Amino acid sequence: MFTDFIEKLQPKSVAGRRILKISGYVALLIFILQLPNFAFTKDTSGPLPLFTIVLCAVYALFALGLNIVVGFAGLLDLGYVAFFLFGAYTAAWLMSDFGYQISERAGASRHQFSFDVHFMSAAADTLKGVHLSFWLVVIIAALVAALAGIAIGAPTLRLKSDYLALVTLGFGEILPEVFRNFGDVGGFNLTNGTKGIGPVDRVDMGLLSRLPKLPLVGKIPANIVSSDYKTKFYVIIVFCALFVYSSLKLRDGRLGRAWMAIREDELAASLMGVPLMRTKLWAYAVGAIAGGVGGAFYATIVGTINVDTFIFAFSIIILCAVILGGMGNVWGAIAGGVVITWFDQTGLVWLSTKFNSAAGTNFDFKSYQFGLFGLVLVLMMLFRPQGLIPATRSRQVKKADKQVLEHDHLGYGLEIGIDPPDHRPRGLPDEFETRRP
Amino acid sequence: MTELLLDARKVRVEFGGLVAVNDVDFNIPTGSIVALIGPNGAGKTTFFNVLTGLYTPTRGGVHFDGVSIVGVAPHKIAASGVARTFQNIRLFGAMTAAENVMVAMHPHLKSSVVSTILRTPRQRHEEKEARATATELLKFVGIGGTEEEFAKNLPYGDQRRLEVARALALRPKLLLLDEPTAGMNPQESATFTTFVHRVRDEKGVTVLLIEHDMKVVMGVSERITVLEYGAKIAEGTPAEIRSDQRVIEAYLGKSATEEVA
Repeated sequence: MFTDFIEKLQPKSVAGRRILKISGYVALLIFILQLPNFAFTKDTSGPLPLFTIVLCAVYALFALGLNIVVGFAGLLDLGYVAFFLFGAYTAAWLMSDFGYQISERAGASRHQFSFDVHFMSAAADTLKGVHLSFWLVVIIAALVAALAGIAIGAPTLRLKSDYLALVTLGFGEILPEVFRNFGDVGGFNLTNGTKGIGPVDRVDMGLLSRLPKLPLVGKIPANIVSSDYKTKFYVIIVFCALFVYSSLKLRDGRLGRAWMAIREDELAASLMGVPLMRTKLWAYAVGAIAGGVGGAFYATIVGTINVDTFIFAFSIIILCAVILGGMGNVWGAIAGGVVITWFDQTGLVWLSTKFNSAAGTNFDFKSYQFGLFGLVLVLMMLFRPQGLIPATRSRQVKKADKQVLEHDHLGYGLEIGIDPPDHRPRGLPDEFETRRP
Repeated sequence: MTELLLDARKVRVEFGGLVAVNDVDFNIPTGSIVALIGPNGAGKTTFFNVLTGLYTPTRGGVHFDGVSIVGVAPHKIAASGVARTFQNIRLFGAMTAAENVMVAMHPHLKSSVVSTILRTPRQRHEEKEARATATELLKFVGIGGTEEEFAKNLPYGDQRRLEVARALALRPKLLLLDEPTAGMNPQESATFTTFVHRVRDEKGVTVLLIEHDMKVVMGVSERITVLEYGAKIAEGTPAEIRSDQRVIEAYLGKSATEEVA
């Protein structure tokens, strides 16, 4: 109903629509740039502290990544946490003193190794260990995550729907366990086990800090101060914007069509020349890149990587964000990621304090978090299965469906005495010829 | 001797103890229109599935354009020039007609992930051309102007046409039509005969069809192969098949032939 109303408001001419679109982007840009400056974002006990906004953006990036796999290609992935983990650990390895393991730092490990590499890092030169520039680490994390996506995808993507979901779930459970136990691999300490790795270096400004003093901005410092969430927010927004742009371009191109074809009918897609394995692996790899980049950034803002962060619930939360927002729609994925993260980080606690002070009770919404998320998902499936911001595609298909029904009460299929194509049986084998023994 | 586009020898498909296709020899001369007929469950669609790579034959060989396609992945066979439609329409429902057609151009398009994100001039040019080709193909099959319609919202007959347009986008050498006139009224079936000839003559495509409507089969095909219980029981021109004793028995039963005689 609401979307119908919005559509009526839209201008009819192509030029009008374009102007509306561009002004929409400009308004969004101004809003995002100004968001950290609003007074309420400075109040850490308020409904929207800056740290929550930064996390919302990180989770929106994760949701964008999973949206490629689940929304575009239609592959149910319940192990997205794996890519988050690889990104975060890549940052932890390459941006901390973990690489310098001698004497007491080596902990339980019998073998000692020590790397001492600095490259345009925010860390002081006197610190030992591997300290690379954040921007280089982001690229490496993206590559590591993409390779992890291919490595996990290659054996699992032969499976379909529910089976794929189960195996990815398995991978999402196994990997954190592996990292938990890799504090001692034949005497080498690779992950520091349950103790985690930290502190991770802050985000540096890379080549930007080499620029001379700029008008408006001034001289860019070499790195971001740890309390400067405003600049961190802008950094993650750059990644989100890049990923939104890439998602939209890919969706409308050759690969995006192949993804959608696989989502619609895998068998028909392969018979139309779409290589199933390669196309699905691309979806995994591209989706994993967002996980890797988001993971690396996350490591720098929280400062310490702990294996307990990488739990199954993470995969579920991101999946909820995609479903809540509207599968297959990048803006929906962002909205879903932001809403879910806000409730998760701040909203529930803030609401319970408000509620309790008004009603004089002692009620903790946060402890009912998963129950509430579950309830919201059930309600969504009942009343708005297409999500908050559904993909244009499903919106239009639905609208046309309604028109067909209005025009023709019998429906096409009934009229000509065969099943409408929607109700056709799916999957291999196409038709077994089973008349005869 | 005419060149053979497809040459299948002693093809046998078994599902457990069930023999779906029983040592069938079958070939298609380049540029011809050939039909495969037989009662329900005779193994026609199974045979199609062998030709498109969905099933690997238990025994026997299939050569397409001189190359063996046994055990080759379906998308590779498709890219090498075998396109098909489906008995129960299998379009990409939530994609537009133009997009459906463009999916099948996948093997012929070159743009990569990087060039798509960067929108290189070559990628944009390629997309534009692909779109133009799609429009042209839709017009060719007689549903021009439906580019932006979602496949699942098209009327049934148009969906059948769209399937053909999509198959043609693969630039096939061989087009397999699985019961193309199912669900069509007699008038539509009649126009279909001329349509198949147009496809062959204008697109230079060899056509193999499975069909139950005998009027269509006799009108369109140059050669007919008849399967029954997975085995080939007859092969020849429409006139020969019409008078073949075993074919009449297969279709009408033994007593019926006796009555006719």
